Amino acid sequence: MGFEKFLFYVFSLILVLASVGVITVRNPVRAALFLVLAFFTSAALWLLIEAEFLAITLVLVYVGAVMVLFLFVIMMLDINVAPVQEGFTKYLPFGVAVALIIVVEMGLMVSSSYFGGDRYSLVSHAADYSNTKELGSVLYTFYVYPFEIASVILLVAIIAAISLTMRRREGTKSQNPSRQVRVSRDDRLRIVRMAAEKNK
Amino acid sequence: MNFVAPDFMPVLPELFVLTMTCLVLVVDVFLEQRQRHITYGLAQLTLLGAALLTLFTYAHAPVTTMFGHYVKDAMGDLLKLCIYLASAAVFLYSRDYLRRRDLFKGEYYVLGLFGVLGMMIMVSAHSLLSVYLGLEMLSLSLYALVAIDRDSPVASEAAMKYFVLGSLASGMLLYGISMVYGATGSIDIQLLADAVAKQGLGNPVLVFGLVFLVVGLSFKLGAVPFHMWVPDVYQGAPTSVTLYIGSAPKLAAFALVMRILVDGLGTLQADWQQMLIILAMLSMMLGNLVAIAQSNIKRMLAYSTISHVGFLLLGILAGTPEGYAAAMFYTIVYVLMAVGAFGVLLVLSRTGFEAENIDDFKGLNDRNPWLAFLMMVIMMSMAGVPFMVGFYAKWMVLQSIVDIGLVWLAILGVLFSVIGAFYYLRVVKCLYFDKPEDNTPIEMSRDTEVVISANGLLLVVLGLYPTALMSLCSTALLG
Amino acid sequence: METLLTVILILLKIVVLLVPLLVGVAYLTFAERKIIGYMQVRLGPNRVGPKGWLQPIADAVKLMFKEIIIPSRANRFLFVLAPMLSFGPAIAAWAVIPFGDGMMISHLDAGLLYLLALTSLGVYGVIIAGWASNSKYAFLGAMRSAAQIVAYEIAMGFALVGVLMAAGSLNLNQIVQAQQGSLLHWFWLPLLPLFVVYFISGVAETNRAPFDVAEGESEIVAGFHVEYSGMAFAVFFLAEYANMILVAALAATLFLGGWLSPFEGIPVLGELFAWVPGALWLVLKIAFMLLFFLWFRATFPRYRYDQIMRLGWKVFIPVTLVWLLVVGLGVLAHVGPWFD
Repeated sequence: MGFEKFLFYVFSLILVLASVGVITVRNPVRAALFLVLAFFTSAALWLLIEAEFLAITLVLVYVGAVMVLFLFVIMMLDINVAPVQEGFTKYLPFGVAVALIIVVEMGLMVSSSYFGGDRYSLVSHAADYSNTKELGSVLYTFYVYPFEIASVILLVAIIAAISLTMRRREGTKSQNPSRQVRVSRDDRLRIVRMAAEKNK
Repeated sequence: MNFVAPDFMPVLPELFVLTMTCLVLVVDVFLEQRQRHITYGLAQLTLLGAALLTLFTYAHAPVTTMFGHYVKDAMGDLLKLCIYLASAAVFLYSRDYLRRRDLFKGEYYVLGLFGVLGMMIMVSAHSLLSVYLGLEMLSLSLYALVAIDRDSPVASEAAMKYFVLGSLASGMLLYGISMVYGATGSIDIQLLADAVAKQGLGNPVLVFGLVFLVVGLSFKLGAVPFHMWVPDVYQGAPTSVTLYIGSAPKLAAFALVMRILVDGLGTLQADWQQMLIILAMLSMMLGNLVAIAQSNIKRMLAYSTISHVGFLLLGILAGTPEGYAAAMFYTIVYVLMAVGAFGVLLVLSRTGFEAENIDDFKGLNDRNPWLAFLMMVIMMSMAGVPFMVGFYAKWMVLQSIVDIGLVWLAILGVLFSVIGAFYYLRVVKCLYFDKPEDNTPIEMSRDTEVVISANGLLLVVLGLYPTALMSLCSTALLG
Repeated sequence: METLLTVILILLKIVVLLVPLLVGVAYLTFAERKIIGYMQVRLGPNRVGPKGWLQPIADAVKLMFKEIIIPSRANRFLFVLAPMLSFGPAIAAWAVIPFGDGMMISHLDAGLLYLLALTSLGVYGVIIAGWASNSKYAFLGAMRSAAQIVAYEIAMGFALVGVLMAAGSLNLNQIVQAQQGSLLHWFWLPLLPLFVVYFISGVAETNRAPFDVAEGESEIVAGFHVEYSGMAFAVFFLAEYANMILVAALAATLFLGGWLSPFEGIPVLGELFAWVPGALWLVLKIAFMLLFFLWFRATFPRYRYDQIMRLGWKVFIPVTLVWLLVVGLGVLAHVGPWFD
């Protein structure tokens, strides 16, 4: 067993355990942290197959940005766990049954004869091969259409999010910096000329 | 790897809509509330421009561009034209309704146009990637539109349900796509079809992926047993949004099924036919039976949609070009009817009053005979009464499955449409034989009146002369 | 055997890098106190050792012998983990920084992305510390920090995109090589707005004054590390200073020509200083950038929270976007001497 294989099993084990943790842990913050761990280890797995761009982007986008915001929201909400899990035991037998059926079906269908390692061998590349460059050159040429659509979808998401959440509340004490800057002396100061009072 | 810039001409309508939508977005920011009609005008202008562009470049032979991610063919162009038309009617009908409810905001039009763009992308998709992305763009716009009335708890609940189930469906679809990709190594629909034809039916991974694809598609179509979201969303959303959801997206969903199942996985027809038979049967049954029990007309129309989806699937599962043409005809006609039905509903609503119960139609004949007549035409067409276009549509679909020998299924279809006729005719009874419960005069702007009349009359005209549209559909599919 | 040798070699490199770094961190704290002291017309620490030079050692010893108090009802595991999470990325990021041509631990192709990913991980230490402490002040500090870092990371990322556009590479070694020529070839000149945005965002990402609302000792006591003491606190402290050095090093590498000599290309001076090793230039540049950190702290009052958000979202991001466009046009038109 090579060193890489050893690493693969270590990371896979952590990944599986972390994923199980995500759905079994009762505290949502810990579940989110397990998810972070799961993302991180899958990034490590990607590194093992020399997909360094994807691995780093996964960490950058999901771990560095998405999960931070996610944690932010979860921590703020302070979800009470007990009521959320009330229906859990009630539907547990049904859920387990469905899950089992799916697992068995998938096991039968997608056995290793279709997706086994011998069927898809790892492509090896020269030392100067940069998969960032390769991805970029494909993404901006042959996949430019889906790529642009994806960017439009992000725009739609921004518009949707803003239109659903932005409210102009009355009475908030926010400042308007450009107005502050534009203030001139005349707005604030009035020089009153008055006759000096004489002491009697 | 040599890179040649793709031909942008076929994608022109999409580019136009995208540019114009961004323009609408920016212009709207600078408008005041009383100038909002400019946004509306620009939105209609966008649809008009796109329609002209599509019309002038109407494809007679399929053209693939964008490295196989985009196809321009007659089916796509015809569906796109119908989408523009339906969306323009949607924008028009909902204008006054939105204005009365303080929902007359730029977001409605911007999101609506992005939805149109998503539908266009779906309709013209030639790879599983663009199919999926178009679908997501449409869905995302719809989720937000359902919740656009932020202070309504019902709407928020509907949006939440829609969002959760919609994401689940997208997940299913993606999972299916990844399976199919794993089995064939391609996402281009043409290459996919070739690879499937070469592998034949022997590959279980492919069939496995197909199951997920069909599940995902039926979620999006709202076919039983994946229909749970339809009634809640139809009822919960503001009527103007229900109108939007119930109309043009059905055309896109039809295209989605055609692109994935027929163009891509046509070789597996024997496999998906069985699945679609079950879906179609259940949809017709449940849709028609449950609709009877509804008192809320939006909910009733939701169940009616489910039953119509069943009929639409009948045409597709026939697996013959005639069947596809019949299904396409059915979809277009259905959209026409749905737009009309919800349009009347929108006209009946006014400030502080939401027309959503069947009882609200009581004695409409005394209040506005013309509107009552239009509603009657729409209902009879939906029920499939002879000499209405709905009848012809049902007939074509049933004929196509009789042709492939599924007579029992056709009989079942007839049976359920007879049952379904009951609840449509109940609305007609309300229109003409009941006393009105409130006599507030019905306000309708001039342009709405003209378009809604045209909409209703079109159902009669098409019922008498269906050949024109039918031949358009068949040439679009037969080439 | 051969793999073992490589591992030992890599470990050796790491040690050679880490020891000076940690000494640097220790003496940065000393420099901070001294320099701010002079700016405020004080002397700063001058009692421990000659002229106060042993002060950091004394501090370290003091912190090491203090008790680590874990608050009751705090999450023990996460509470202990948090300081390490904040220190780890600050150290790991140094793997891709070149001290001379090819003198780096890892020749990662996507080095710039790696840096961006690691700097964004630092926030976890702060968030987890705030949450695990089970204290309101710590929690407030963590929330502030999370929002702030997400806001500034975007601007920082865009600034770095400008660098990679100009250099045509994500590899830091190649980025420095792309700046070869003279002082005016360095990217600070063509990317001046991005340089400024990057550095200010860097100050914000390290939670330093005037962006230190996460600590905000005058409002929320000490923010996220209010419950920490002894070594646990020291690690946070070290992480903050290590991050400062990292941001300064990055600024030096990306915008100030890294190991390149500032006298390059100048007739007489260039040859005169040719013997100076590149690493020394880099250290000098880092020291120069660090001076700004200290200067800011001595000069500016703390930003208010909404002002921080406004600056990040409404000023920096648009500025970087516009300048990206300019850089793009420059690259397209091969505007010399930077983009050819």
